[in-house]
Amino acid sequence: MIFAINVLSAPYSSQASYSAYQFAKSVIAQGHQLHRVFFYQDGIHNATTLATPPQDEFDLHNAWQELAREHHIDLVICIAAALKRGVLNQEESVRYRKNGSNLAEGFSLGGLGQLIEAAVVADRLITFGN
Amino acid sequence: MRKKILLVSRHAPYGTTTAREALDSALAAAVYDQDISLLFIDDGVFQLLKSQSGREIAQKSLDAIISALPYYDIENIYIHTESLAQRHIVAEDIVVANVILLDNTAAAKLFEQQDHILSF
Repeated sequence: MIFAINVLSAPYSSQASYSAYQFAKSVIAQGHQLHRVFFYQDGIHNATTLATPPQDEFDLHNAWQELAREHHIDLVICIAAALKRGVLNQEESVRYRKNGSNLAEGFSLGGLGQLIEAAVVADRLITFGN
Repeated sequence: MRKKILLVSRHAPYGTTTAREALDSALAAAVYDQDISLLFIDDGVFQLLKSQSGREIAQKSLDAIISALPYYDIENIYIHTESLAQRHIVAEDIVVANVILLDNTAAAKLFEQQDHILSF
């Protein structure tokens, strides 16, 4: 079965992102296809490279990146939601003349259309958060 | 194949950005030539009130976006009647004209018909 995941809440503030991550791992472990994880609203904070959780706490940011690396998962964050909350890649950072970029490797910026496309392709679209 | 996608908007228009970003995704969905419906339920029905003034708190008023939805080919706009009644909102207070009112039973049927439900 083809799954897609929609994450709406920020990591650490809410359990939703971690639940989404666990769900993503289970989907893969059970042999299903994970078409995309889309991050929208405060979910985009999962994609910052600057988050530095304490060493004795779970590093969700790293965990997403590892998942993407190992299983070639498409991690997309909504560009409109990300820019206004301060998560930028190099290209957007230059475009808006900001002094740095912080989009973690493994994530890409995309439009809301990719959430809808995920719904069209997937048999199940699961929302976490809010 | 066209899919039936229902967006469910459950939050008040201001205070959190949830309602605004739900409408943004409805507009994005409209481009994709799918069978898109939008349901306002719970505090989401507050988004439908006429004479909002988001400007006073430096926000875009959502009623302008909502009244434009039919022009973006989002024609299936549903409102949950129990949510309206609980909040003492009557039909004349609502900003869009061509809406379909659904009670609990009808809303359950709408949910049942969908391929996907996106809840905001």
